[in-house]
Amino acid sequence: MYQYDEETAKARIAGRIAKEFSEMSKEKDLFVNLGVGIPTMVADHIDSKRVFLQAENGMLGVGPAACEGECDPLLINAGRIKVTETPGCSYFDSCMSFGMIRGGHVDATVIGAFEADQEGNVANWIIPGGKMLGVGGAMDLVAGARRVYIAMQHLSKKGKPKILKKCTLPITGYEKIHAIVTEYAVFRFINKNMYLEEICPNMTLNDLKEITPAEYIVSEKLINF
Amino acid sequence: MDQVSKSRKLKPIEEAMRMIKDGDRVMVSGFGNSGDPKMLVEALTKVNAKDLTIISNDLGSPNEGLGSLLTAGKIKGLIGNYYNWNPDVADAFNAGKITVDLIPQGSFAEGIRAAGVGIAGFYTKTAVGTDLQGDREIKEFNGETYLLQNAIPADVALISAYKADELGNLVYYKTARNFNPLMAMAGKLVIAEVAEIVPIGSLDPESIVTPHIFVDVIVKRGC
Repeated sequence: MYQYDEETAKARIAGRIAKEFSEMSKEKDLFVNLGVGIPTMVADHIDSKRVFLQAENGMLGVGPAACEGECDPLLINAGRIKVTETPGCSYFDSCMSFGMIRGGHVDATVIGAFEADQEGNVANWIIPGGKMLGVGGAMDLVAGARRVYIAMQHLSKKGKPKILKKCTLPITGYEKIHAIVTEYAVFRFINKNMYLEEICPNMTLNDLKEITPAEYIVSEKLINF
Repeated sequence: MDQVSKSRKLKPIEEAMRMIKDGDRVMVSGFGNSGDPKMLVEALTKVNAKDLTIISNDLGSPNEGLGSLLTAGKIKGLIGNYYNWNPDVADAFNAGKITVDLIPQGSFAEGIRAAGVGIAGFYTKTAVGTDLQGDREIKEFNGETYLLQNAIPADVALISAYKADELGNLVYYKTARNFNPLMAMAGKLVIAEVAEIVPIGSLDPESIVTPHIFVDVIVKRGC
């Protein structure tokens, strides 16, 4: 099976989602909330000026990470990264921030996941018994954003499949996924069915099937990405 | 304006901290080192009050910020949403030393606001069907399932602002605003740590985020 090195894999995922957002923003201004990890990298690949990033800690119009020397310790994104302003940005309290999210004003959220499944369920907030105890805004984002994009490597660090028939970990939100983007494939949920829409050029359908326990329909318009 | 009313809310930090009692529910603002009342939190680690329930977004980092309050053994329970930045919390929880009530961040924020504005609770789709639904009431509206999140009140709110005027009107700075305006409404007693105090009338009324009706005590940072 073809393998990308980690850096390339992550860049492919972030780049693919950024391309979609850039395209969507041609018709209307797009408001997007990015989670930590690969989702944050999406921002680096967006080439449209009409995609506006929202950070749930209270900012719309989040700019790139701050360079050393121009850091403002009080200006951070939801991943505690020091960031910069963009022209037209605004600040607000946590209630208004989640009002934007819960109220359906945020077009898309991109999040990482431990697991996702064929029903569109996502598990990304806790591994029971672990060292992490927190949910943050994950459940609010999954429940409220118009589209939920899962950005994750196809297999876990231990090489286990993450796109399953049914999630085994505690669920963040049910039937909420719009698309799953990995370094190998793009899956999209349409009318509760999971479609394989895109596959990496170095992989056969059988290769993908072997590392993807979820049941999905191969789109008639399947393309390479 | 006479001198008495000018200085009415400004108090030495020691006096402010004496207002916090054993077993109090104490709200503390901030999100990941931005907008937290650092001076008040440090002072809280040194007061006698114990068995506190801390209501906050996160608990800082191990032995830093609110994390030091856990190290100091002041905490009985936590109500909040994100403790991944401070693994001491999971350790204390798994050892049965503290209780932890996790509430999704948006429901947490709105619950605080609700407490401050006389709303007993609200229905939200967030967390429906998940492990965080708990024993909350479930109700259908227009064919969709919602759960009831109760308001989250507090005895004391410790908040942080950029500027206050002498009445206690507050303005904030960038992403340091976060939970501050909400907690300013929700605490029965609200203590605000501010970087600067300016004369009455010098803040643009359009720019005031927290009107002084919500603020009880002002403590000046660095005093």
